Amino acid sequence: MSISTVRPVLGESGRMIERHSRQLAAQRGFYTLLSVVLLLCVVSGSLWFANETNSGKFFERLPHLFDFVEDLVPRDGMEIWRALFDLPSPYDDGSFKYNYPEGRAYLGETFYIPEYFHKMVETLNIALVSTGIGLLFGFVLAFLAARNTMPNPWVRGVVRRIMEILRAFPEVVIAGFFLAILSLGPIPAVVAVSIHTVGALGKLFYEVIENADMKAEEGLRAVGANWLERIWFGIVPQVMPNFMSYFLLRLEINVRASTIIGAVGGGGIGELLRLSIGQGHEAKTLAIVLLLLLTIVAVDQFSAWLRQKLSGDQAFNAI
Amino acid sequence: MTILNTSEMEAIAARHPHLLRPSFWQRFRVPIIAVACTLYFLFAWWYFAVSKVMGEANWSIAGNYLADWVSYEIRPQIEIEADGAMRIEYPRFDPIGPNPNPEWLQTRRETVTRTIEIPAAASGNAGAAKPSSSFMAPAPQAQQAAPQSPSQETRTEKIVTEAMVAIGRSRTIEVHPDRVVLTRGSENVTLRLNRRSGEVRPDGALPSWVEQRLPGGRAVAYFGISGWAEISAERVRIRKRFLGWANFLFDTNSPFFGKPAAEIATLIVSGERIQPDRSNLSLAWNNILYNSEWQHLDVWEKLLQTVVMAFIGTLFAMLVAFPLSFIAARNIFANRPANQIAKRLFDFLRSVDMLIWALFFTRAFGPGPLAGISAIFLTDTGTLGKLYSEALENIDEKQREGVRSVGASPVAVQRYGTVPQVMPVFLSQALYFWESNTRSATIIGAVGAGGIGLKLWEAMRTNSDWENVAYMVLLILLVVFIFDGISNALRSRLIGKDRG
Repeated sequence: MSISTVRPVLGESGRMIERHSRQLAAQRGFYTLLSVVLLLCVVSGSLWFANETNSGKFFERLPHLFDFVEDLVPRDGMEIWRALFDLPSPYDDGSFKYNYPEGRAYLGETFYIPEYFHKMVETLNIALVSTGIGLLFGFVLAFLAARNTMPNPWVRGVVRRIMEILRAFPEVVIAGFFLAILSLGPIPAVVAVSIHTVGALGKLFYEVIENADMKAEEGLRAVGANWLERIWFGIVPQVMPNFMSYFLLRLEINVRASTIIGAVGGGGIGELLRLSIGQGHEAKTLAIVLLLLLTIVAVDQFSAWLRQKLSGDQAFNAI
Repeated sequence: MTILNTSEMEAIAARHPHLLRPSFWQRFRVPIIAVACTLYFLFAWWYFAVSKVMGEANWSIAGNYLADWVSYEIRPQIEIEADGAMRIEYPRFDPIGPNPNPEWLQTRRETVTRTIEIPAAASGNAGAAKPSSSFMAPAPQAQQAAPQSPSQETRTEKIVTEAMVAIGRSRTIEVHPDRVVLTRGSENVTLRLNRRSGEVRPDGALPSWVEQRLPGGRAVAYFGISGWAEISAERVRIRKRFLGWANFLFDTNSPFFGKPAAEIATLIVSGERIQPDRSNLSLAWNNILYNSEWQHLDVWEKLLQTVVMAFIGTLFAMLVAFPLSFIAARNIFANRPANQIAKRLFDFLRSVDMLIWALFFTRAFGPGPLAGISAIFLTDTGTLGKLYSEALENIDEKQREGVRSVGASPVAVQRYGTVPQVMPVFLSQALYFWESNTRSATIIGAVGAGGIGLKLWEAMRTNSDWENVAYMVLLILLVVFIFDGISNALRSRLIGKDRG
């Protein structure tokens, strides 16, 4: 079957519309092209800059990219196991490379906690404490920052700015400052991570509060409840599941953050990892990486499961 | 409408007690949770030994460090010699520069004839003997020679006999050869210096702002934020604190140092060339960029590295996660093993922490932004891939069915049925990560992965460059806020105000 296409003759206005639409299409194409070219320029410029200011050049180093993998192969597979559980190594020559049993933390006569587990628990505790502090202060600040619970725009503005600054302030600086005062240990890490968490959770919390249903609050207002009662009985029950969900999400993030802060001197497993990579202790490095990987997966899974239970289908995904 | 009377309500309540009577958990959960949290915090208090650490902490240093963020000290040292002549010295790297003559330090000079002992080290030939005396064989010889050579010389010269330091408003330190008079507001303290016994004795009782640990020992006078002074029998060390950042534009070696702004402007616009081979403008700019204290160029370069790390890392992560997420999504790529492999890959990339990636790539590429880019790229490929594949699994199937029903190829089905639905979400999540990576790039920089983190860390390690830390923090905050703004604006344009 043949279809004969009849090309209708356009009238005056039809031609105008056609012209306009072509013009628009051309304009759009031009802008798209322009932004793609601009993006390419920025990207290539950035890459050139990154390569230029790096101490090793990308193409020079690329063939050696996996050299460090070779450095990471331990003398035998069991070494990782021994390093992880602080068992004596047959290669022990008195150097730091094989002194696994020295890190044991004894509880009683014979029972000991292997060093890396001990440090991992420390890191987890840093994360948990600082997320707890963040929850506490973020909770209070969020009600002062949300439009529907704090009618005064000045208080709201001030609280929001404070939270922004807490969020954006580099954690390294807070950790470094407290390291200078308190000497080495986990407290600088706790302070640094907590301060960031207060800002981050505060922001998420006040957004939740602003989306809360105000009918319950209105009912309480009608029977003469004061501000505290209206919030405690009207809003908190609604937002609590979401708050807990964000709390757990933040906990996941903070486990990673406290590892990183640990690496710059805040104690915990991060410091050991940095040291063992820097000194080329392959079995120790692999043991720590393995432990860290397992812990992070476990924390993620646990938090995902709990979040699913708390808020059902509305569970938030990692942000 | 049904109305229940009291007996009926009671009957219902009796029949379904579990509905009306809250369970133990429901009734007491708030206090239980509160107690559990308190117990945990108490445990943490013990676990981290908080009270011990806080007790050992050096809080007085904390105040000084904080003050260093926004102020600087000038540290003149007044040496009082045996015959009452004074020498005023400044440490080598003091921000006051090479030719100090500050208004706040007034001196009275007199011309006197005095006899000075010139020690051997000061005379011409000592240059060769001095280094060897430190730890090599000729040491005893040099020491024996030393007592013989001091020669006495009588000179007539202008010396400082009195110095007065205005350390703050109505806060002064007057230094005389035999006494130091400290004034703070209406209070006056005179400290007698006894050079022979090396003692400092106050006239009368000391006020609370002057501290003398041992009777006759050195005294320390605190003048609050404006500084402090340490007085011993032979010297007075003064720390005077000034608000602001010292030598922010020109360091003490620059020819523009210490000149008022108007003079610098005229020099740049119409002045004679200071260095014949370049204009004053380029000299001034060069001096600013290579300011030895503030290192502007280096700081900006490192900051740009941080920005580039976050930008390139996130962009590449998005480009790689985009196709992979289609493979990982169950409803789009109907191949179970492939879905699982892609998802486990994402989990692996995400769970190996950014720190671990950063440390590995620092070894592979050497310290610098390439390591940071790689670390952010790999971590974010995992996270974005996970988010993207979840978004893809939640899309509306109707649009894809519609496109498929008119006979479109599989690629066209994705292009016109799927991508328009998810693209705004994808971009918005990538923007969010760009913004948060600008922050995390600072941290991984501190372990050597490039960017401003390492510079910050080094500045903090010296414990004396807190003003540089403040400068960098300010720049970081500025950059983070600008990117926050850009990313929020773009996101709200992409997905509408209410969802951004």
